[in-house]
Amino acid sequence: MKKKINSNTLLLLITIALFCAMYIIGCIIYADKGFTHLQTFLNILINNSGLLCVACGMTCVMLTAGIDISVGSLIAMDCMFLAVGMENWHMSPVVLIPLVLIIGIVFGAVQGFFISYLEIQPFIVTMAGMFFARGMTAMIYSKQISVSSNELFKKLANIKIEFPFGSYVNRKGVEQIPYIRIHVIIALVVLVVVFLMLRYTKFGRSLYAVGGNEQSAIMMGLDVKKTKLKAYILSSFLCSIGGICYCMNTMSGSVQQALGLEMDAIASSVIGGTLLTGGVGNVIGSFFGVLINGTISTLVKTNGKLLSSWSSIAVAALLCFFIVLQSVFAKIKDSKK
Amino acid sequence: MENNVVLTMRGITMTFPGVKALDHVDFTLRKGEIHALMGENGAGKSTLIKCLTGINAFEAGEIHVDGIEGPVVNHSTMDAQKKGIATVYQEVNLCPNLSVAENLFIGREPRTRFGTIDWKTMIRKSQKIMDDLDMNIDVTQNLEEYSLALQQMIAIARAVDMESKVLILDEPTSSLDDNEVEKLFRLMNRLKSQGVGIVFVTHFLEQVYAVCDRITVLRNGQLVGEYLVEELPRVKLVAAMMGKDFDDLAAIKSGETPDFSHAEVLIDAKGLSHRGTIKPFDLEIHKGEVVGLTGLLGSGRSELARVIYGADKNQTGTLKVGGKEAKINAPIDAMNLGMGLLPDDRKAEGIIGDLSVRENIILALQARRGMFKLLPMSKQIEIADQYIDAVQIKTASRESLIKQLSGGNQQKVILARWLATNPDFLILDEPTRGIDVGTKTEIQKLVLKLAGEGKSIMFISSEIDEMLRTCSKLGVMRDGAKVGEITEDLTQEHVMKAIAGGGSNE
Amino acid sequence: MSNIKKLTSKRLFLPVFCMLLVMMVNILFDLFSGNFPFSFFTISVRNGVLFGRLIDVLNRGSEIAILAIGMTLVVSSSAGTDISVGSVMSLSAAFCCMLLAGYGVSSANELAVPLIVGVLAGILMGCFCGAINGALVAYLNVQPMVATLILYSAARAVGLLLCNNLIVYVRDDSFKFFGGFCGFIPTPIVIAAICIVVVSLVLKKTALGLYVQSVGINKKASRIAGLNSARIIFLCYVVSGLCAGIAGIVAASRISSADSNNIGLSYELDAILSVALGGNSLGGGKFSLAGSVIGAYTIQAITTTLFAIGVSTDQAPVYKAIIVIIIVAIQATPLKDYFRQRSAKKATLKGGAVR
Repeated sequence: MKKKINSNTLLLLITIALFCAMYIIGCIIYADKGFTHLQTFLNILINNSGLLCVACGMTCVMLTAGIDISVGSLIAMDCMFLAVGMENWHMSPVVLIPLVLIIGIVFGAVQGFFISYLEIQPFIVTMAGMFFARGMTAMIYSKQISVSSNELFKKLANIKIEFPFGSYVNRKGVEQIPYIRIHVIIALVVLVVVFLMLRYTKFGRSLYAVGGNEQSAIMMGLDVKKTKLKAYILSSFLCSIGGICYCMNTMSGSVQQALGLEMDAIASSVIGGTLLTGGVGNVIGSFFGVLINGTISTLVKTNGKLLSSWSSIAVAALLCFFIVLQSVFAKIKDSKK
Repeated sequence: MENNVVLTMRGITMTFPGVKALDHVDFTLRKGEIHALMGENGAGKSTLIKCLTGINAFEAGEIHVDGIEGPVVNHSTMDAQKKGIATVYQEVNLCPNLSVAENLFIGREPRTRFGTIDWKTMIRKSQKIMDDLDMNIDVTQNLEEYSLALQQMIAIARAVDMESKVLILDEPTSSLDDNEVEKLFRLMNRLKSQGVGIVFVTHFLEQVYAVCDRITVLRNGQLVGEYLVEELPRVKLVAAMMGKDFDDLAAIKSGETPDFSHAEVLIDAKGLSHRGTIKPFDLEIHKGEVVGLTGLLGSGRSELARVIYGADKNQTGTLKVGGKEAKINAPIDAMNLGMGLLPDDRKAEGIIGDLSVRENIILALQARRGMFKLLPMSKQIEIADQYIDAVQIKTASRESLIKQLSGGNQQKVILARWLATNPDFLILDEPTRGIDVGTKTEIQKLVLKLAGEGKSIMFISSEIDEMLRTCSKLGVMRDGAKVGEITEDLTQEHVMKAIAGGGSNE
Repeated sequence: MSNIKKLTSKRLFLPVFCMLLVMMVNILFDLFSGNFPFSFFTISVRNGVLFGRLIDVLNRGSEIAILAIGMTLVVSSSAGTDISVGSVMSLSAAFCCMLLAGYGVSSANELAVPLIVGVLAGILMGCFCGAINGALVAYLNVQPMVATLILYSAARAVGLLLCNNLIVYVRDDSFKFFGGFCGFIPTPIVIAAICIVVVSLVLKKTALGLYVQSVGINKKASRIAGLNSARIIFLCYVVSGLCAGIAGIVAASRISSADSNNIGLSYELDAILSVALGGNSLGGGKFSLAGSVIGAYTIQAITTTLFAIGVSTDQAPVYKAIIVIIIVAIQATPLKDYFRQRSAKKATLKGGAVR
């Protein structure tokens, strides 16, 4: 029997096509500004490694038909905690990084408890979480702070993993070797692990089952509440990993950091074919969603004349487009029955 | 316990607030038999099954399962499954977004050495199950790619594969066509020969006679009796379900039925339908006429009414109201043509629970007036009081929340809501369900009174004598289609035969 | 009549209780810090205008109160919240200021277009945003929060775009009026009062209140009873947008500029909080406008108190988030079921009209 292309695969294909089209257009228009170099693509990965981790977690939560908008603030809190920890409290990253991960787990567990066991709308709970984390960031330290004194962390963040190909000689005659940073590796590992988890573990499949039909999932003997709780813990945990990546990239902490990142993460998931109604989606799609997101901001930046707000408008417009598309597909599906 | 008995339920009692859902019901299932559980809507079939599978908790009684010491109490479906009781419900309880293989194995997936899901084994096993059942299904496809019927079969396959001793099929055939039903029966017979006890809940009489060995009939939460299929002919079964002794049937009045053939035609439906719920039908309703729709639950009675009213959009044919062609896209259009619908699911579609009795009564009238012409409070109070009085709604005050009223009084409020709009054509879908005898009589009287005032009424009820008392014409529904009309010889026996179908009719 | 009185007091119990609690905290704080214990309530006249912490709460709370009106309708009809209101405020303010100052001008001393045109355009922009949200929710069945998320992020960005990434100053006294003083009373208080009165009148004189609650409680039954559920939900979102527009103008006028990045920041939380605090269920259905308005001022009182105690603007969200969680947790079904069982005996008559 031949594999039929259903609407979900179609959504993913649209996304991949969109990314390719966007990137190719970028290459054509901004060829003179170096858009065609491999490094441009790698920079997208470097700048969005944190977002990628967050988007993976977001996808898991959205599979259960939930949502987690606390992620942006949580990243800010993590960054601030790391930065202040290293700069003001003179703690080692070896201690701080596990602490950040534990904070993430606890944060997720609290949110998950309210959502799954007290049956409060995920949006309300995570919105409270969002404001809580943002406020806590200000409580830790109210000004901008940059990481400059901790050698270990700086070393870690500055590791360049160079590519043996794709190098070019810039205008000054220096050969530029394409590279990625260690946090890109972390993010890609997260992506692969989450992908495998979704496909090959009982928990991963339970996420789909819960989002597909909660009632059925209960009937088939799955512990729906526990699954949801775990999903939110996972989201906050991955978000904390993302926070570490983010901190490595920016080397600073500030109250205004990662403002609106939750929006980018949600947009990436939705653009990547994750249904808001739950049960359908994949981190591969979210990966492309993140790439599209990154490409848009790179395009806006490369242009130089456009205001940075254009990129958030473009992302919002894309999000709107995909939401409408999903809604239309859902209606077509309904009328078929 | 007898040797060949796999399941016994003794004296099961359970009450919902205000209603005794089950009253000392006994049920016995033997090894290798297909046992039909029959009863009209609200008789307690589903409740009994839910008590067995642990969804509802029962108050008194005992359940014994073969091979397990002492009485059994299940707390969840999973619990029941572990004890060998598998259930397949009318609505497919599977996840449409997962593959067929996963749906068969979720919760008990084969694992690899590393504890991860072994997709290969799962797919191979699933494909074998499907092939064994002679089903042409690609198990790697998502469940939603297949028809409801196939999904239902997959649900059964899942239950069967768990090596259950007892298999409960709760109206599994309502979405299947003849061919698929045939397949299902073959499967049931195979399981039967393997010694599985099957409880089969259905409202299709033919299927009972095609496949079952024994029948247990419930009525109003009480056990009517257990019969061998050979001992209970079709008409007697219907009589047992409806609570009329066969000998009494002739005694009911057959009185004068007024002739409406010359009266003005108010509603003239030609070929209306809604995909998946009701096949195309024709219907004429005259002014001042009370037309009944009869048939078993799920036969399309409510669905027919909903299409006329626009609650489900009509997809074919034409509807004329008072001789003029009518375009009805939403209920408000129907209301503007002078219609009203009292829906059968009072809680989901009738009452607005958190609003007061007054607000519930004036809602439809207000909707017809439009948002900007608010009925003045004094007028609202007047109308509310008038109808609370007219249909005798028992409420502490007109400002009480409707959800605090009893079922019968809620129904009266909804009735009042429509009477307040002064409709020409009122559809009453199961207006007397779940309410006491006194109120039932009041509603029947009201229907006759309204008809006397020249209003047309469509009356849908599971109780035939009620309809015989009020209707001058009966539409007979079976399997989602209107199969006939009875205008003469309105007797219980005749109607029951028509509902039962088969036998003399087919 | 006594019945109705009883129920009014019950419905408004939560917001009034919270309000009293905040006042208590203020009195205690002043007492311990050695101030006059009732300084929170002292109203004086300075420079010909009213002055005092209470006036400050009423004044600063105007925007939240206006937003709370729209939010109440949205929550009631669609069981969801409109989280775009803060951003829409910012966009309306930016659009209005952009028109008044002229595009690309960062500081204008004279109005480029008549005041009324700018203000109306700003408010209409709010309505337009509301219509987008409404269309997504009512006609495309998108979950309310996700639908409004689009504008939550885009509206502010569009505002920045309209202002060419600048903070546009409109240094004109007539524009300052909306955030200034009307006689000796701060104008925002007057505007909020007008909005509240108008909406209350609409609810009283039309069937809107009945429709909205009916749709919010039981969408299906409302449809059978002849209501156009989708249109009503759409309308609620438009009203919410309208309120956001008005609030945006007031906020811009206060600082005589359109600071897109900061106007209305995290106001959506305050608005949602007001509704919840007002004793309205976030699950939709029955609502009390009075509750939401009292809730709004209570929130502002909390904020003012926090500032008075010495909590910074950035840190305030921590406390508010905790309050939100406590309030919604109280309303949560599992907890409610538990309490309902306990108070089943005490069940008295509830109900009554919107007030």
